[in-house]
Amino acid sequence: MVTARVTVTLKQGVLDPQGKAIESGLAGLGFDGVASVRQGKVFDIEIDAKDRGAAEARLNEMCEKLLANTVIEDYAVEVV
Amino acid sequence: MTATVILFPGSNRDRDMIAALTKIAGAAPRLVWHTEADIPPTDLIIVPGGFSYGDYLRAGAIAARSPVMAAIIRRANEGVPVLGVCNGFQILTEAGLLPGALMRNGGLKFVCRQVKLEVTNANTVFTSGYARGQVFTCPVAHHDGNYFADADTIKRLEDGGRVVLRYAQGTNPNGSVNDIAGIVNEAGNVLGMMPHPENRIEPAHGGADGRPLFEAALGLTAQAAA
Repeated sequence: MVTARVTVTLKQGVLDPQGKAIESGLAGLGFDGVASVRQGKVFDIEIDAKDRGAAEARLNEMCEKLLANTVIEDYAVEVV
Repeated sequence: MTATVILFPGSNRDRDMIAALTKIAGAAPRLVWHTEADIPPTDLIIVPGGFSYGDYLRAGAIAARSPVMAAIIRRANEGVPVLGVCNGFQILTEAGLLPGALMRNGGLKFVCRQVKLEVTNANTVFTSGYARGQVFTCPVAHHDGNYFADADTIKRLEDGGRVVLRYAQGTNPNGSVNDIAGIVNEAGNVLGMMPHPENRIEPAHGGADGRPLFEAALGLTAQAAA
């Protein structure tokens, strides 16, 4: 069993209103110096695969087909 | 004329659509469950609004991977008009039938109000009951209606006259790029729009501004004129 973490984030240049709201929330709590916040999603996935490479290939396919909307999001696959 | 409404788990605006179609067409639409692999011959397919799958992952993402989606794409390629309203628009973009994506509203809030829509292309099967430049009132109710696409896609849509409905008179409720409220595919037979025309089809709704859209898509306008 391979354990992986998939991270999906908005592409640079795509406005992230939730990140902006968190930014102002942090400023309201007195955390100064926060230049920017971008919100994303994390998926922890356990997958049956013969090796790392096979797992990564399938996880990338999952991102392309469902986990990320590649019009607005980037993804990163990390096998741990 | 037969209309078909696609049903997804968790949707809550499909009944409004069914009621509107029944009133306008004089007969209840056919209902097709999301697990069906085929859609019987029909004159209009509607993907209704209403938070299918609780908007899990992304609005419309799970519904867009349903078995029925392949059948919708097949019918769309045959030229059958397909209308996606609100969550239906989100589903059609997630399925790749329409370009771009619907993101979280710019103001972060769920918006439920009336907007003004300008018909910027009246030469589609859905908008031929309006005049180009006509502005009408329509309700919106959504949290993720902020239309986004890359600059090349926006240019292609604008140049091709594929932005058919635009928020007018400063009523853009969600930060949508170029005030885009509704777009069609390249062939013009698939329309996605965030506002709810089915909620404005009779005087009790405060107006019947949404009715011409369904009459045109159902072919009732041409019949009346003949």
